[in-house]
Amino acid sequence: MENLIAGLEMLARWDVMLALLVGSVGGVIIGAIPGVGPAVAIAILLPATFSLDPIVGLTMLLGIYGSSMYGGAIPAVLINTPGTAVNALTSYDGYPMTERGEAHRAVSLAYSASFWGGIFGILCLILLSPVLALIAPMFGSREIFLAALLGIILVILAHRGQIMAAGLLAMFGIFLQTVGLDAVTYTQRYTFGYSFLSSGVNLIVVVLGLFALSQAFFLLTAPDNSPVAKPVTGRMGAGIKELLKHKRVATVASGFGVILGMIPGTGEFTAQFMSYTYAQKTSKEPEMFGKGSPEGLIASEAANNAVPAAAMIPLLALGIPGEALTAMMLSVFYVHNVIPGPQLFQNNIDLVYGLYFALIALNVIVMVFLLFSTNLLTKIIRVPTRFLGVMILLLSFVGVYSLRNSLTDCMIAAGFGVLGLILKRLNLPIVPIILGMVLGGIMEVKLRSALPRLKTPFDMIDRPIAMILFVMILLVLALHIRTLVKEWRAYQSEEDHDMHDSQMR
Amino acid sequence: MSRVKTLQSLFKRYRRPGDIVFAWIALVVSVFLLSQLMDQTTWRKGGKLFAQPRFWPAVSLGGMAFFAAFHLLGSALSERIHGRWQEVSLWITSLEYAGWFIGYALVVPYAGYLPSTIIFAVALALRAGYRTVSTLGVAVVSAVVIVLLFKTFLKVNLPSGLIYERLPDGLRQIMLTYF
Repeated sequence: MENLIAGLEMLARWDVMLALLVGSVGGVIIGAIPGVGPAVAIAILLPATFSLDPIVGLTMLLGIYGSSMYGGAIPAVLINTPGTAVNALTSYDGYPMTERGEAHRAVSLAYSASFWGGIFGILCLILLSPVLALIAPMFGSREIFLAALLGIILVILAHRGQIMAAGLLAMFGIFLQTVGLDAVTYTQRYTFGYSFLSSGVNLIVVVLGLFALSQAFFLLTAPDNSPVAKPVTGRMGAGIKELLKHKRVATVASGFGVILGMIPGTGEFTAQFMSYTYAQKTSKEPEMFGKGSPEGLIASEAANNAVPAAAMIPLLALGIPGEALTAMMLSVFYVHNVIPGPQLFQNNIDLVYGLYFALIALNVIVMVFLLFSTNLLTKIIRVPTRFLGVMILLLSFVGVYSLRNSLTDCMIAAGFGVLGLILKRLNLPIVPIILGMVLGGIMEVKLRSALPRLKTPFDMIDRPIAMILFVMILLVLALHIRTLVKEWRAYQSEEDHDMHDSQMR
Repeated sequence: MSRVKTLQSLFKRYRRPGDIVFAWIALVVSVFLLSQLMDQTTWRKGGKLFAQPRFWPAVSLGGMAFFAAFHLLGSALSERIHGRWQEVSLWITSLEYAGWFIGYALVVPYAGYLPSTIIFAVALALRAGYRTVSTLGVAVVSAVVIVLLFKTFLKVNLPSGLIYERLPDGLRQIMLTYF
């Protein structure tokens, strides 16, 4: 109880409240503009938050992370262009509803389902906290190493149809974090004699290049476009009533969001597809899916909004990010010397509760904001795409240059920007590079610190949690091989691999 | 015939033009980096394998080469998509904007953050094809807002321009601190 009050106290500051408001409202706007995802915004703002208090910086970034998907539903429903990559499925049913003249119904349903998913995710996080505080200290170096390894394997396997490319990029990420002076043996690794490489390749420089600059280059090299959405009329609160008729779908979808959000490497995409499939299979009108089914819309929006809260679980409890946005947040923790992991629950539990309350507050702020401002947002999304590219390029400079005023960083970021553009053009995933860098670093450090206690390789898995993680790794690999063999035999029809659309990130 | 077909179906992926060019570049880079393993990393005598500074570069580059080879195989076994070189030329076009970005970073320490941002916002807007006064005006306003937000309010660590040194005393201090 004391910790709860301490967490609330943390939020009761004008600067934290302002950061939350700016993050939430900014996140909705950013999410609503096709072409700028939360990753671009977080990457640009990341260095700016370093000078702020940890709770201020984190609430602002959390605001953007948690609210962007609300905004992303607007263009998905109204103009059939998802505002963020994870709103792709929303357009499947949302846009047909708009075509039928039910835009108002679709948008308000999307908001209500998002709110349901968001709050469900946070409640699970709060309820799970005592369990986490109990289990997290059982994670030693070996367990964290195995969990990070599982994360790498999952992020590769989650990119079905692009596994080789995802593997290549994840390995590239692991390699990138090895470049520079080895912190333990003080030997140079892949510096090719260049002194600027001795300090290694900075994660934030890579993130800014791959997410922000690449998006600027992508928009600037593509033809100009200015999406036009018609204004929506009617009361936005109407969706809540309709949502209550589909409580089961919303809750199960949120459940999928929570479970898959917790597992590193899987995230919103898998959660959405599983919930959508579930909703279709159990619906009384399965033929309506893809043609404007409210249940389909609810399933996809509830699932993706439950993920941010759930993704905080491995991040806070183990220090393992499950996807790119939490990987970026991890660097904010590190800069402020707050190390996420088992100790966080023991030493900084007030910060953890503060973040929980921030998550609840941001969902409420966003919901209230959207009830009154949907039509304003339909005007904002008309920003021409090339102009947006110019602005992202100028903003990326702030992010890269403010880190350490280095021109070399700008050149490296520009290089990664071009690589990111190529990956986006080829529809190959960017996330494995970032997760490879972060999880690769964790694996190297944790394996080294586990070594003195290992006499034989089997000592690696002689503790219960390590054993469970090891079995999970084997199971994931075995299941994947089984699916491959099954597909080989059955000649499955072509899948829609556009679902992993990296262009929006 | 059926064996070839099933092999194709196993490796066939959803692709876009230019995929095979990327696959070749990835493989060449991976193999080159792997070939430098002995020169660019060291082996500490008596140390355990997993604690060697060479271990993780070897694992990651080995993995990269492995996946790159299969990625290329997948590309080669899939049907050819037209427009490959057109796509590659677009990648090369993007280097121009990378140049703009580096140029901007080069100019800021001399011309100052506010003037450079306004100049680059307008110049890039013109380059992107906008000619109307209103759009260029919006570019100037956006540039000023960016500077006010990051340099003036958030006090982000950005250099002051050398050009500011030539300004009269009172104005110089304000420009050096806030813009």
